Amino acid sequence: MEITVTVNGTQHTHDVEPRTLLVQYVREHVGLTGTNIGCDTSSCGACSLHMNGEAVKSCTVLAVQADGADVRTIEGMADADGTLHPMQQAFMENHGLQCGYCTPGMVMAATSLLEENPNPTEDDVRIGLEGNLCRCTGYHNIVKSVLAAASASA
Amino acid sequence: MTITDDPSTDTDPASGVIGSRLLRKEDPVLLTGEAVFTNDMVVPGALFMAVLRSPYAHAKIVSIDTSAAAELAGVRAVYTGADLTDLWAAPMPCAWPVTDDMANPAHHPIATDTVNYVGDGVAVVLADTDAIAHDAIDMIDVTYDPMEAVTDLEDALSDRVLVHESLGTNSSYTWNLLVEETDGAVQQAFDAAAHTVSERYVQQRLIPMAMEPRAVVAVPQPFGGDLTLYTSTQIPHVLKVMVAVTLGVPEHQLRVVAPAVGGGFGAKLDVYAEELLCVALARKLGGPVRWNETRSENTVSSIHGRGQIQHIELAADSNGKLTAVRVRLTADMGAYLQLITPGIPILGAFLYAGVYDLPKAYDFSCTGVFTTLTPTDAYRGAGRPEATYAIERAMDALAREVGVDPLELRRRNFIRPEQYPYEAFTGLVYDSGEHDKAATVAADLIDYAGVRERQATQNVEGATKRLGLGVSSYFEMCGLAPSRVLASLNYSAGGWEAATVRILPTGKVQVVTGTTPHGQGHETSWSMIVADKLGMDPADVDVLHSDTTIAPLGMDTYGSRSLPVGGVAVSMACDKVIEKAKQIAAHQMEANVDDLELVDGEFRVAGTPSKSTPLAAIAFAAFTAHDLPDGVEPNLEAQVTYDPPNFSWPFGTHMCLVEVDTETGDVDVLRYVAVDDCGNQVNPLIVEGQVHGGVIQGLAQALYERADYDSDGNLRTSTLADYLVPAASDVPPITIGHSVTPSPTNSLGVKGVGEAGTIGSAPAVMNAVVDALSGLGVRNVEMPASPNTVWNAIASASQSTDTSHSTSGGQL
Repeated sequence: MEITVTVNGTQHTHDVEPRTLLVQYVREHVGLTGTNIGCDTSSCGACSLHMNGEAVKSCTVLAVQADGADVRTIEGMADADGTLHPMQQAFMENHGLQCGYCTPGMVMAATSLLEENPNPTEDDVRIGLEGNLCRCTGYHNIVKSVLAAASASA
Repeated sequence: MTITDDPSTDTDPASGVIGSRLLRKEDPVLLTGEAVFTNDMVVPGALFMAVLRSPYAHAKIVSIDTSAAAELAGVRAVYTGADLTDLWAAPMPCAWPVTDDMANPAHHPIATDTVNYVGDGVAVVLADTDAIAHDAIDMIDVTYDPMEAVTDLEDALSDRVLVHESLGTNSSYTWNLLVEETDGAVQQAFDAAAHTVSERYVQQRLIPMAMEPRAVVAVPQPFGGDLTLYTSTQIPHVLKVMVAVTLGVPEHQLRVVAPAVGGGFGAKLDVYAEELLCVALARKLGGPVRWNETRSENTVSSIHGRGQIQHIELAADSNGKLTAVRVRLTADMGAYLQLITPGIPILGAFLYAGVYDLPKAYDFSCTGVFTTLTPTDAYRGAGRPEATYAIERAMDALAREVGVDPLELRRRNFIRPEQYPYEAFTGLVYDSGEHDKAATVAADLIDYAGVRERQATQNVEGATKRLGLGVSSYFEMCGLAPSRVLASLNYSAGGWEAATVRILPTGKVQVVTGTTPHGQGHETSWSMIVADKLGMDPADVDVLHSDTTIAPLGMDTYGSRSLPVGGVAVSMACDKVIEKAKQIAAHQMEANVDDLELVDGEFRVAGTPSKSTPLAAIAFAAFTAHDLPDGVEPNLEAQVTYDPPNFSWPFGTHMCLVEVDTETGDVDVLRYVAVDDCGNQVNPLIVEGQVHGGVIQGLAQALYERADYDSDGNLRTSTLADYLVPAASDVPPITIGHSVTPSPTNSLGVKGVGEAGTIGSAPAVMNAVVDALSGLGVRNVEMPASPNTVWNAIASASQSTDTSHSTSGGQL
């Protein structure tokens, strides 16, 4: 099926198999491999990206469902001049990542969280990110990063 | 040649870059999606491999019909095990034959006539896309003749059902360590003891679950003969040797690269069937072959951790001072011995007396036993968390027996600071430690006395929310390892590490390290070590690693070895390159070598500060080679291969405060305090991150995780929907306390830290849970302490007329 999806501001048209997942589409058709795959049960959140302004696990969306959608991946977060998105910057400053595999999904979920709740408590952050798993950080510095990003933009 | 490090050239951690919280240079590529993980690689023409895996834990393969799969459009080849037997020059490697008579069944990358665990590979498909390859494996028809599974360790020991009939037994080995001052000392100590405890603990199987599943790309050069293996591994250097041996590939034509690696935790410290299959099939077909592990495959086809039944007995005098320790372990090998499977419990053998002063009265024995389950191997801590769990749980049991507070009992037994360096009963020398100090810092942070008072008022009869305080003091035993010690343990490799420091003509620096970071931040920390030594900005240092062509010498990353071995090697290479530069500088400055000192990146003549030459100028002079002293070679580069003189011995105390709801069995962790002393810290930001992650992995073993098998050997927790890796909402924040006791065995004064958190945390959490319930007669709760397990422990304790020993759960 032919679909047209705007990814990070650029429109793409591809012929895809109907079973193609959105995560496979951005990785294999658009060629943006920053969005990672960590499971096959929609449990880990590594593939989180923004579709029409909201964080979704892109393994739960068929590419054909994204036809006409506006998608933002981790590659679309930093400015063209190299300035990191405030959430990326907060993760860096607070050591919110180690191996970095969950990180793109975590950053996408966290930015979406702050858009819904710009002044979260620590508990709000922990509950808001419960769909994104990390094995390295014990979440301590991820939570710290998100709270720091919230206060930086307050 | 290996060289010795000179600890006398102490680096002051308070000065310079070392000790600062420098932000990681690894982060920008990881935060922006720029990092390339193995399955991100674009490889034109690569065929995708999918593996058909056995749904039976134990079965004979009667027949395999691949015809329908082979006919599917896009399928390029289908192979069964029988089709590929010619490709294996040797069985898959086990590098740690712990005893001379260890039983080790031949294990090839794909089964031929028998499958021995759910997940054992029986056929492979190569296709144009990953999706087609997976479609095709579903079309392969295998007829199995099922046999009985062996899932219980004690049942396996009985040899009622044999996993490998040809071995005639399920026991792989029995390894003993008996240390007695005089014959019979252990039994005499138990006979004379004022107090003894005898405990049984179960280390449930765990799934390491790095967030990046494994992935492999093998790219051959059919006419040139070279082959590059890209793989998500912790051990490209070890793997290169093992691939060469196992497949008969010429090692000099083999290159192994670990691209960005998304966590390992020991599970990527192995030589895997899929790596060998991709290389063998790429060579056979003359084109690239790749494989991406799905998470559901990962849970059965990557190694598991832990899996032990532990019996520990302590003997103590009337003050609770330990007089003897006896340990009997049964360790689950799984169906086969992977790279270091049999050695994992042995790594713990030296730690069952913990951080305590024990006379030579120690009796340890471990039997490794086969089951029809996924093979086990190293998982964060590898033998040492298990040992620490047993001794720290048993110390709490002993405290109850003696009638003293658990922290007080520990204090009576700690090795005292003045005893360091301390020659332990095993003959190993512990480098440094201040156990009471670390425990005191932890106790102050958690308000130990205050919590005990709160418990007295809250944990009254009928209370349904009960407070528990758990303590765990530990040693890590890391920095694997002095090669001679490894040799004495029959380990088949050395424990050295290599480093090259190369000052480029423009003064920038390349560091080549044999360590293989996958989240630990070596690029940042190694840059800091170099920046400190050479007096430059860490941003001007690039760290090259994880590619056997770029970094040909290395022993890789595991066992918290990278800093105390690899980082020290980097520091020593700096010293060596400075010595060379100094000769050139002396020649050019017409000064005596002995009068030169390197300060802030320039050579100065002592006493004549006005006379100086920047190191960068010397680097350029070494490059042009126009005016070098006689006998000095051009270019500024030094290589060091360092074999550590000892393990390093980080230590610390963790404390955990829980509230247990006796009506639901729910455990709420209210407070977690970790005081980890890893010697001098190169970058405290990174150290704390390692501790945070480690603590939560140990806490996850205590409360959430278990590879849960049914009696037929089916893994019931084969997805991340079933296996409870905790989320942010499931875990507490962590309070970190500080104590710094430098290691005297290396010039940086550093110890390892990667596994410390995991080693300390599971016993702290479980001691807290049992402490909360001790007033109800509960003496043991098995891991994971799920609400159901906790509730059952309470129920069975209250039903028992003899409340002295209550156990629940216990399945591996």
